[in-house]
Amino acid sequence: MTDELKNPNIPVPAELEGTVTITTLDKLYNWSRRSSIFPMIFGLACCAIEMICAASSRFDLARFGMEVFRATPRQSDLMIVSGTVTKKMVPQIVRLYNQMPEPKYVMAMGACASGGGPFKEGYNVVSGIDKFIPVDVYVPGCPPTPQALIFGLIKLQEKIDQQSIKSVPWYNSDAIEAIPIPILGPDLIDPRQGSQIAREMAVATEAEA
Amino acid sequence: MAAPATPNTETEVLSLEEKFAGIASPDTREGYEGYIIAADKAEEVVKYIRDDLGYDYLSSVTGVDYLEDDHMEVVYHAFKTEGGPALNFKIQTDRENPRVPSITHLYPAAEFQEREAYDMYGILFDGHPDLRRILMWDDFEGWPMRKDWKEAYYEAETKPFKNRWPGGDVYRIEANNPFNKNVVYPEGFNLNGYNPLGDKTLYDMLNQYDRGGSNLKTDQIVVNIGPQHPSTHGVFRMVVRLDGENVNALKPVFGYLHRNHEKIGERNTWLMNMPYTDRLDYLTSMCNNHAYALTVEKMMGLEVPERADYIRVLMNELTRIASHLWATGFLLNDLGAFQTPMLYLIKNRELILDFFEATSGTRMMCNYSRFGGVAYDLPDTLRDENTMDWLHEMIHERLPRGLEELERFLSNNEIVRTRAIGLSPVTAQEAIALGMSGPMLRAAGVPYDVRRAEPYGIYDRFDFDIPVGTTGDVYDRYLVRVNEIRESIKILKQCLRDMPAKGDIMSVKPGYTHKVPAGEAYGRGENPKGELGFYCVSKGKGHPYRYHIRAPSFINLTGLEKLCVGTKIADVVVVLGSIDIVLGEVDR
Repeated sequence: MTDELKNPNIPVPAELEGTVTITTLDKLYNWSRRSSIFPMIFGLACCAIEMICAASSRFDLARFGMEVFRATPRQSDLMIVSGTVTKKMVPQIVRLYNQMPEPKYVMAMGACASGGGPFKEGYNVVSGIDKFIPVDVYVPGCPPTPQALIFGLIKLQEKIDQQSIKSVPWYNSDAIEAIPIPILGPDLIDPRQGSQIAREMAVATEAEA
Repeated sequence: MAAPATPNTETEVLSLEEKFAGIASPDTREGYEGYIIAADKAEEVVKYIRDDLGYDYLSSVTGVDYLEDDHMEVVYHAFKTEGGPALNFKIQTDRENPRVPSITHLYPAAEFQEREAYDMYGILFDGHPDLRRILMWDDFEGWPMRKDWKEAYYEAETKPFKNRWPGGDVYRIEANNPFNKNVVYPEGFNLNGYNPLGDKTLYDMLNQYDRGGSNLKTDQIVVNIGPQHPSTHGVFRMVVRLDGENVNALKPVFGYLHRNHEKIGERNTWLMNMPYTDRLDYLTSMCNNHAYALTVEKMMGLEVPERADYIRVLMNELTRIASHLWATGFLLNDLGAFQTPMLYLIKNRELILDFFEATSGTRMMCNYSRFGGVAYDLPDTLRDENTMDWLHEMIHERLPRGLEELERFLSNNEIVRTRAIGLSPVTAQEAIALGMSGPMLRAAGVPYDVRRAEPYGIYDRFDFDIPVGTTGDVYDRYLVRVNEIRESIKILKQCLRDMPAKGDIMSVKPGYTHKVPAGEAYGRGENPKGELGFYCVSKGKGHPYRYHIRAPSFINLTGLEKLCVGTKIADVVVVLGSIDIVLGEVDR
C-alpha cells in the first residue's frame, strides 16, 4: 500500500522509511474511494445474472474492493445498469440516480444499456441509458462475462485515479442539478424536450392541414 | 374457484361439432386445426369443453390480428391434466370494435393473458374483473401488436432490411427521429397542462377490495415493493395493501422489462428468433431454444437425428439442474439465509455453465438449437480432458455430491422447515384452475409434466419419476425442485449411457432462411419453470406472421394474489421466491 501511494519526489528520512509515507491528498483520496466502491443491488435483466456470478465465489469481486452491494441508492457509489432499459422503467432509474449521493458513477453493462442492443427497435425500449443519465464506463457483451464486468470496474478505478479534488464537480460551490424525471405519457416524455415536442407536433399538424 | 369436473363417463360425450352444430365449427383454413366458436355462445361451449370434454387446464390465450382478412382472433389452447394433445379453439371478432366474452370465471388462468391480449390488440373482454393494460402503462397510446401499428424506429415490415443487407450500409436509426430517441407522439401533443393518469386505475382497483378481517377499525397502508427491490428477482413490482403486517390485497405490476419480443419476432426471420428466445428466461436458454425449435420443426415436418436429440436432452436436463440450483439458492436468500447457500449452489451451476461455454461458445445465451438439430457437436476436450470423461465425472460424482450437500444442510434444517411448511398452500384444483405449471403445479399434487403428458423429442425413452408434493406450500415447492434435480441426474446418466458416439447433428443442410408452410402450431416443452409454449402462425413466408410465447413464469403469477393474501408482509418475499420467476420471461 505504501508503495502505491508514495510520491517519489519527496524524500523520507531513512529512519522513517516504511513508517511514514508522503503523498498528495488527491492520491490518498482517490485510493480510498476506488478501493471501496459500493455498487447498488440493481438488476434489470440478463446481465444481472452475470453480475451476481461476478460477485459470487468463483469470480469474487471482493478481491478488488467492490463487493459491498447496497440495496439503497443513498449508500451507493456506483449504479451498474445491468440490462435492457425500458420506457416503463426509466423514470425509476433516473429517480434512483438522483437519489445517489455524490460522487456517483454509472456503468452501462451490456449491449442493451449501452445502446439498445438486440431489442433496440422495440416500442418499449430506450436505446441506451446514456440518453438520460451520464455514463462513465461501457461494458460490451450480451451479456458481458464476469471477467468483462470486472475489467470494466477496473477501468472505473483507473478513471477515479485521474480525478482531482480541485476540479471534481461535487466540491464546487454550484449545486448539482437533479436530472428531470421522465414522464410516462402517450410515449416516454423527456421533460427537457417539452418545448421541442410541442413544436414538432404542431408542425406535423400544420403539414397535415 | 372453479373445480375441475369429473368427465362424464356414463353417457357418451358428444364431440364439439355434434353438440354445438353451427356454433362450434372446425377450422378449415389450410394448416389450421381446432374449432371456431361463435362469440355470443362462447360461454356455454367453453363450459362444455371444461366440464364434459375434460379439458381442465387452460394453457394459453392470445390474440392474432389478421389484417388482410379484416378480423381479429383470440386463440385458446386447453389441455387435459391426464395428458394428451391440446384442444384449440378460437373466437373471432372484427377489428373496429373488437369484443369477446371473458372466460376468466371458467378458467381463472385466463386473467392475465386476456389482459395481455387487451393491452397488445385492444380486444375488450366483456366480464373481465380487472381489464387494464398489463405490460404497457395506462397512458400509452396505441395497440402495439396490431399489424398496422408502427413503432418509432420502424424501418421495414420484415428483416433483413434491404438497405443494410447484403450491402452493409449501417447508420444510426436515431438520426431519423426528430427527438433522437425511440419515441413518437400524437399530433398536436403538448406537455403543458398534460396530466397523465399514472397509477390511478391501479390504486382504484386495489381499494375496491373488501376490507375483511376483524371488526376493529384499523389503518390500512399501501406499500409498493419494487420495481427496484432486492427481493423481487428483477424489476417486478407488487403493490400490497397492509393491515398491520397482514396482507389483505396485492396487485402485481408487470412490464418493467417488456422488451417487445413478439413484435420484434414478427419482423425477424424464423431463425433470427432463436437468439431472442435465449433472452426470455435467461437462466434456461437451452430449454427455450429447444421448445422454439420443436414448434418450427412441427410446422416444417422436420425430423431430428438421434444424436442431436440426445444432445438436446443432455442440455435440457443440465439446464434444469442449473435453474433449480439458482432458484433454491435465491429462495434461501429470501428466507433469510443471506448469500451462503446461494454461493454454494452457484458454484455447482458454474460447472454446468463451463460445459455450455465449451459447447456453444457462451455461458448463458447459448443459441444452440437449430431447426432439424443442433448448431455444433460436443467438443472433443474440455479443460484438457476428454469431454465425455469430464461429463461422466460431473454427472456421476460432482452433481450428486452437490445435491447430497444441499439436502443435508437444507431439507431437514429446522429453520427452513418452520418457516416454509404450511406457508401459502394451494390445492390441486386451485393450481390447475390458476394455470400454474412446472414445480408449482406438481407441488400441489398434480403429476403433470409435459415430458410425460405429451412426450417430445426422445423423452419417452427415459426412465424417470415425476416428483409431486402434497400441500403445495413453499416447502413442497422447494422439495419438488430438489427431487427434480435428482430425477434429472437420473435422466442424464441414461442419456450418457445411450448416446450414440458418432452421428449427424443436423437432418437438413444448415441455412439462414426457412420457408415454413402456411398454418399454425403450438409447440411446448417442460422448462424448469413450467410449460413454455410457442404459438406460431405462418403465411408461408420467411418470417412468422404471429409469434406468441406462453411464458410459464408469467402465468404462474396469476395465482400470486391468492397465494399472498392472508400471509404476512415478510412472507410475500418468500412466496415470490418459491414461484421462481425470471423477469425476462414474465414481461417478454
